[in-house]
Amino acid sequence: MISNLAVLPIVIPLIAGVLAILFHKKLKIVRVYSQVLTLINTGVVTYILFYVHQNGSVVLQAGDWMAPFGIVLVADMLSMTLVLTTNIVALACIFYAPKSLSIKQEEFYFYTFYFLLITGVSGAFITGDLFNLFVFFEVLLMASYGLIVLGGEKVQLRESMKYVLINLFSSMLFVTTIAFLYSVVGTVNMAQIAERVGEAEQTGILTTIGILFFFVFGTKAALFPLYYWLPKPYIAPNPVISALFGALLTKVGIYSLLRVFSLIFVYERDVTHELFIWIAALTLIFGSIGALSTNNIKLVVAYNIIPAVGFMLLGIGVYNSTGFSGTVYYLVHDMIIKAALFLLVGAITYLVGTSDLRKMRGLIHHYPLLGWMFFISAFVLAGIPPFSGFIGKLVLLQGAIEADRIVIAIIGLGSSLLILLSVLRIFIRGFWGEKDESIIPDRKAARGFILPVAFLLFFSVLLGVGAEWFYPSIESIGDYLMNPENYIESILKE
Amino acid sequence: MEIIMSILAGVLFTTGIYNLLQKQMLRIIIGTALISHGAHLFILTMGELKTGAPPILEENIKNYTDPLPQALILTSIVISFGVTSLLLVLAYRASKENGTDNMEKLRGNEND
Repeated sequence: MISNLAVLPIVIPLIAGVLAILFHKKLKIVRVYSQVLTLINTGVVTYILFYVHQNGSVVLQAGDWMAPFGIVLVADMLSMTLVLTTNIVALACIFYAPKSLSIKQEEFYFYTFYFLLITGVSGAFITGDLFNLFVFFEVLLMASYGLIVLGGEKVQLRESMKYVLINLFSSMLFVTTIAFLYSVVGTVNMAQIAERVGEAEQTGILTTIGILFFFVFGTKAALFPLYYWLPKPYIAPNPVISALFGALLTKVGIYSLLRVFSLIFVYERDVTHELFIWIAALTLIFGSIGALSTNNIKLVVAYNIIPAVGFMLLGIGVYNSTGFSGTVYYLVHDMIIKAALFLLVGAITYLVGTSDLRKMRGLIHHYPLLGWMFFISAFVLAGIPPFSGFIGKLVLLQGAIEADRIVIAIIGLGSSLLILLSVLRIFIRGFWGEKDESIIPDRKAARGFILPVAFLLFFSVLLGVGAEWFYPSIESIGDYLMNPENYIESILKE
Repeated sequence: MEIIMSILAGVLFTTGIYNLLQKQMLRIIIGTALISHGAHLFILTMGELKTGAPPILEENIKNYTDPLPQALILTSIVISFGVTSLLLVLAYRASKENGTDNMEKLRGNEND
């Protein structure tokens, strides 16, 4: 009975989203309804995380089909931590949404798409079946296709075409890769694949399939050189939708890489994980240069997704428990701070009326609180102590040094400086300087934007200042990922 | 038989990618449809092509057909069907709004 817990984070938003269709035009009701249901879902997820922390992984054999034959849902510490972070981000976004979206956008099923996106993301984190992972990828992508064109502006339609095409292509490649793997190992259950790949000692064909998986997930996660599609589609929709995308979508790709390359393809690390380290280095360099290349503040934040993904890949590439802990910590940190930054930049764009940095100055005189919050998030993002970015980077670089990867550690530090420069540039040019008398400050609107962002920043600061409390559990996740036997055993115990 | 099917899947992939690299939106969509057909055919082939045996695995039954690839394909077909129809509507709206269906002209550099 207790194993049914694992399905709740998928079922609650799914039903909530479907029911939201029924009263999509009654905005007052649907807003409160969505906020309450997101809160309930967050509560349930917190309880499951607590339960898993106390009693170990919860495994649900869907429909009582035993493990290798049916679909399994696995709620372990890693997946539940990420689902909880997803819900925290969702909570901030759902309270921000009514202030930022137009009435037409809200009426056009925003809340349904939003819940389906959460369903897909949570499902992808929880599932223990490779084909099911593909299905949940499609669920979240379908919701994101709906969200990206919400409003139907010229730019949105243009950019969403590219977004849908690249995702459709990589999904088809995903299916093909699963077919390859199925023909070799004869199963799609991740635990059993891991077992069989271990027995076969990962021959050449399996390594090739591993690289194909890397290509598929790398496209979703926006790694060098597959990130070219990312920045522009991400800034086309409304800021709250950008925040959901920036916080959640690429992270699902990274999570899949983390799972697949800590569990299944771990025997030919000279080929696969060595490749990751160099790709991570290039992603870091090109992503942070991209962030410096533009004056559009939304684009700066969108480009900043890319070096973060590089950092996380670095933790997977070094392959030791410190590296894995760093990746998990950084995933949590990055989901929260990316959402906060997108929401902040959205607020600035809304209040100033442009996202061009050259047309802003002296905003701190009008919106002091917004300015200082942006300042703090810049520090969190770049990894200045005592905030969460610092701890994440510290652990990751420690992992790199433990594995004797000094060069990549130096590249990581260098790119952190570029990231700091790219966001502080917004602060210096946009917020400092002479007061711009032509702006009539809209304090009331600004207050509405501040609360959800403050909520997210609270978690960022808490993760950094309270690292002593959180780090032991994250470290245990790192150890757990280093020993995939535990995962395999918890699923195939009979 | 598997070899022929694999070659057919390969041909579908090649033509799909050729179409994907064109500039006209409709051709690109046809390209993605061809690629998904190739992928589905490929899954079917990877589960070994057998006829005449029931998809049941029991103690005494030695000869059986693997039902899993068919279940996988069914899911995948439904998904790609949905995405393709969405893509067609999207392409129609995008070409109407932007006044062109040439991807070259839809690069978009104005918001740098």
